Amino acid sequence: MSSACDFLVIGAGPAGMAAAATAAKLGVSTLVVDEQPAPGGQIYRGVEQRDANKPGVSHDDWARCAALAQEFRASGARYQPNTQVWQLEKNRKVYVSDGAKASCITAKRVLIATGAMERPLPFPGWTLPGVMTVGAAQILYKTSGWVPHAGAWIAGSGPLLWLYAAQALEAGGKFEGILDTTPKANYVHALRHGINALRAKEYLDRGMALQQSVRKSGVRIIDDVNAIEAKGDGALNRVHVHTGRHWQDMPATRLLVHQGIVPNTHTTRSLNAAHRWDKAQHAFAPVADAWGNLDAEGYAVAGDGAGIAGAEAAAVQGRLAGLEAARALGVIDAAQRDQQAMPLQAELKQHLAIRPFLDQVFAPRAGLLTPHDDVLVCRCECITAKQIREAAMLAGMGPNQVKAFTRCGMGPCQGRMCGMAATEIIAHARGVSATDIGVFNVRPPLKPLSLAELAALQAP
Amino acid sequence: MSQELITVYVEGTPVSVSPHDSAAAAALKAGLAHTRLSPVSGEPRAPYCMMGVCFECLMVIDGVPSRQACMVRVHAGMRIERQNEAKVWA
Repeated sequence: MSSACDFLVIGAGPAGMAAAATAAKLGVSTLVVDEQPAPGGQIYRGVEQRDANKPGVSHDDWARCAALAQEFRASGARYQPNTQVWQLEKNRKVYVSDGAKASCITAKRVLIATGAMERPLPFPGWTLPGVMTVGAAQILYKTSGWVPHAGAWIAGSGPLLWLYAAQALEAGGKFEGILDTTPKANYVHALRHGINALRAKEYLDRGMALQQSVRKSGVRIIDDVNAIEAKGDGALNRVHVHTGRHWQDMPATRLLVHQGIVPNTHTTRSLNAAHRWDKAQHAFAPVADAWGNLDAEGYAVAGDGAGIAGAEAAAVQGRLAGLEAARALGVIDAAQRDQQAMPLQAELKQHLAIRPFLDQVFAPRAGLLTPHDDVLVCRCECITAKQIREAAMLAGMGPNQVKAFTRCGMGPCQGRMCGMAATEIIAHARGVSATDIGVFNVRPPLKPLSLAELAALQAP
Repeated sequence: MSQELITVYVEGTPVSVSPHDSAAAAALKAGLAHTRLSPVSGEPRAPYCMMGVCFECLMVIDGVPSRQACMVRVHAGMRIERQNEAKVWA
């Protein structure tokens, strides 16, 4: 099966929804495919289903996301939920599957708006049942109203950690404590970005209010945590916490971890588009121009997948990408695009003002980036940091040779969970930078699909 | 959020869940500590990211193995089972 459209948007988060709405309202034939059953992406997950009066929901900027979802629905853009992209070709043939049948969409322009994921940082015991990410817990809260009631700890660093803690507490959740791994020194280093950050004061105010509401709740907070370990036989039952010079041992049945978010580059990397190492965000991001255009003809990127800037900036970037798509397709000319883009560019600059400060405050703790030898790094294939280190030192292997040599990154997640850590470990072991090391190649299918699904491609 | 609940079967046990829940959320609500055994090491594993990235939530859903339980929305009568065999691929 095959179909065609002028503008294909992959992802229905803030960037994808805003891009599609902007382009469709200008008269561009627009199709949005998204793997979720409803619009919103991760950040605005379940936006159409949630009750704005439920406790904790207000922290999610609910009114803004509901308005965007409504605008998207009314824009005339076609929308195909429950659709997984599994291959992109240079000629803008994009292969998708609805879980039963694969099909091919041919587009003149493609926008990749696949957003962010949590930074996967391997630590001892992170594969134990009972350990999951803060983002995972927040998804459970948003879609199922689930919050933990006993034995739960939160550990890590980043704005999402405080947002989730605040809303889960408000929704009746209980935590034994929060293990904050943010290095104290980060705050000092961030001061040089303080004046710039004041230009985006609403972000600072919101962040402070969240932290204060959590601290006021009386939940135990342990600051400047150096390291954590999850312990248990078959399931989590204790957390080991290292602060200053000693270890503490705490009973735990659930550990929610978070180390910030990074661009989800799986899709852009599969195109072999150029990527750069963003030192401030400590992650790879695709190389794009001011409109989001990649070095793959007709492909662009918008939102956190282009570099972490937050949901509001993502929506603005989406609108800019929508205007650029309309220009590229001849619906508006460059002068019209530039005129409509001007206020958006000013708005984007405003949102970006906070980033250097946030990037510095929540920069990952150096000691957590390179796990000890016995830590499992590749969850799928059960490959340890030691195996990666040893392979890296053999004839100076890079990530792709290490992958072939050890099977690290060859499991069902295709290196999504271990890729960044593998790069980090190899770079550290060989004493070079992550830029020089690079990252795993990505090959289709981007998600496993069955032969029956694939066979449907040949059906008329 | 819709208040009407539906029944799914987690490891054969009926569980009431919201129609908005994912199969992984249903497994969590049913109190399943682990949802699969690693086909490599045999260790128990459970959903980690809940957004389709980590593939730890691979389960047997309505008889079909290796489905990402966090990406599948429940339906009435859905059968959700642990994936315990090594290397089962659809």
